[in-house]
Amino acid sequence: MASRAQQMPATLRLGINAFLVVWLLMAIFPFFWIFWGSFKVELDFFAIADWTNALFGPATENTYGRPFTGAGYAGAWIQEEFWRNVLNTFIVCFFVVLTSLTIGTLGGYALSRSGFKYVFWLLIIALIFRAMPPITLVAGYMLPFFEWNVWGILPTAIIVLVAINQPFTLWMLHSFFQNIPKELDESAKVDGCTQFQAFRYVIIPVMWPGVITTGLFSFLLAYNDFAVTTMLLSESNRTMVPEIAAYLGTTYTEGNVMFAVAAVVSATAPLFVLVMFFQRQIVSGLTAGAVKG
Amino acid sequence: MKHKTFFWFFLPTGLAMFLFIALPIVSVVIQSVYAPHEAVIVEVENCGPFGCTTETTIDQEATRAIREAEPLGRFVGAEIYLDRGHLAVAEVAEAWAASATTGEFISVLMNLPFYRAMAFTLTYVFVCTPSLIILGLMIALAVNSLHRHLKGLAIFFSLLPMIVTPLVGALVLFWMIDSRGILGNLISYLANDPSLSLKASTPLMWISLIIYGVWSSAPFAFVVFYAGLQTLPQDQIEAAQIDGATRWEQVKYIVVPHLMPLITFVALIQLMDNFKVFEPIVSFQAQAHATSLSWIIFNDLGGETRQLSAAATTSVMTIIGVAILLSPVLYRTWTDFKGRGH
Repeated sequence: MASRAQQMPATLRLGINAFLVVWLLMAIFPFFWIFWGSFKVELDFFAIADWTNALFGPATENTYGRPFTGAGYAGAWIQEEFWRNVLNTFIVCFFVVLTSLTIGTLGGYALSRSGFKYVFWLLIIALIFRAMPPITLVAGYMLPFFEWNVWGILPTAIIVLVAINQPFTLWMLHSFFQNIPKELDESAKVDGCTQFQAFRYVIIPVMWPGVITTGLFSFLLAYNDFAVTTMLLSESNRTMVPEIAAYLGTTYTEGNVMFAVAAVVSATAPLFVLVMFFQRQIVSGLTAGAVKG
Repeated sequence: MKHKTFFWFFLPTGLAMFLFIALPIVSVVIQSVYAPHEAVIVEVENCGPFGCTTETTIDQEATRAIREAEPLGRFVGAEIYLDRGHLAVAEVAEAWAASATTGEFISVLMNLPFYRAMAFTLTYVFVCTPSLIILGLMIALAVNSLHRHLKGLAIFFSLLPMIVTPLVGALVLFWMIDSRGILGNLISYLANDPSLSLKASTPLMWISLIIYGVWSSAPFAFVVFYAGLQTLPQDQIEAAQIDGATRWEQVKYIVVPHLMPLITFVALIQLMDNFKVFEPIVSFQAQAHATSLSWIIFNDLGGETRQLSAAATTSVMTIIGVAILLSPVLYRTWTDFKGRGH
């Protein structure tokens, strides 16, 4: 509880609140605007004539008889078959999270339990790899992937994303495992377990909070990636983000901006749900590296 | 843990990183010193009733044969690094000799892709990073003073710009400030200039990109600082209050020094991240006004002709840039590790 000495003068309180309201508006207004506008026609979405058109949608009413229309969504999902891209995104994300957590927990656990010097150097190398922009690696993938004929398919993108994910996953899980007392698995080893059995029966049951947080960030990386997926997937295998980027080139000429708007809203919605349910994990994950480091 | 056990535990992740990060880096470096083979040109003499003419044609078969025999191309050393698309040494030297004034020299420089990209990238890095730290700190202080029921909601809203897909977030902002969009409309109404368009003006484009950069990264700074504020030394704050320190003095002399390690952390991370600026340039279709090294790679790799050598060279230069920005982080990790007495 704040004591009276810590209470703020009214003007300061007001100033702070005003600042916060401005920031929160900046943070959410774009999302609100795009969501609202996605149910309009292009004339109302951009509202050149009068900004209130964006709110009430007279042009939409003229065309469809209602101020809201699902035409953008129908166009994107059915006509442009955006559902394929949604499906691809979820396939990619599912396998990226699954694989990178599986191999990442093993590696992160090993790093946290080994006291040798090479652990430090492996972590440093991981840090360097983590800093590399993924697009710089893409030029290196092209030739071999064409040569082996694996360019353009989902498994290739999944494997590449898993690898790009590993440095971050390792750092994160390494620090989570370090917080699990060493005595736990050591006592299991005293009782005759091998290292893997100790990991399997003692560590796995208690590691889930850390693994879930790490998994969230793996998911975000795979979901938000543009550089790798746009370069390594063929047109028919595109995930959502490169597909939206591809719309940009074509829709302006075809007058189907609303398809792109609907696709953008569709791609943002899952992230909203994710933040809503996992806000605490995301915050703790973001701060884990910072506060300790 | 024994070496052998460690090896088996680490093998899958180590292999993934070796094959798909370490090897591609090597491959990129190698590609950057090879250029594609030039077409083999043969001279054919055609002798007809009216005398002989010599024609030069491309020998398709020989060209294909040499391209298949050495798919990497021919070794050219540092040539690609120095060509017009990259460091443009010859052009810079020429411009330096020819230009009378510094302004003239700079305008020549700004027409070379590499220097154009660097000019924008460095401006972006050094304007965005301090701005987002200050904004993040202000949000953290403001949210921290809220009633606890409101804190969760404020954090939820504040996280959104960071969590959203960069390409998509930038696109939404771009539509808003498009001359037909809601903000673009408002700005041209306020400026009383209906022809005002973001797409046509370089300064406006740079400002919008920087605003996007601050908007999307300030939440990260906010979250980190907010976590730091939870461990604020209350006794010091109270002591300062008893000594009659104003709120501003408390922030300046207690809060900011307490958060200093976190501010350094955010600054180092954001310097690196902002150097990689890429998606907003694609979303804003800003290539006429602002480019970055990442965008140049993207541009070289995409399209009909995949210019692997040029892209690889730019990749190597980007990696060098990131390495320079990374070195303080590495140094910090190193001293930190030493300090913990391993």
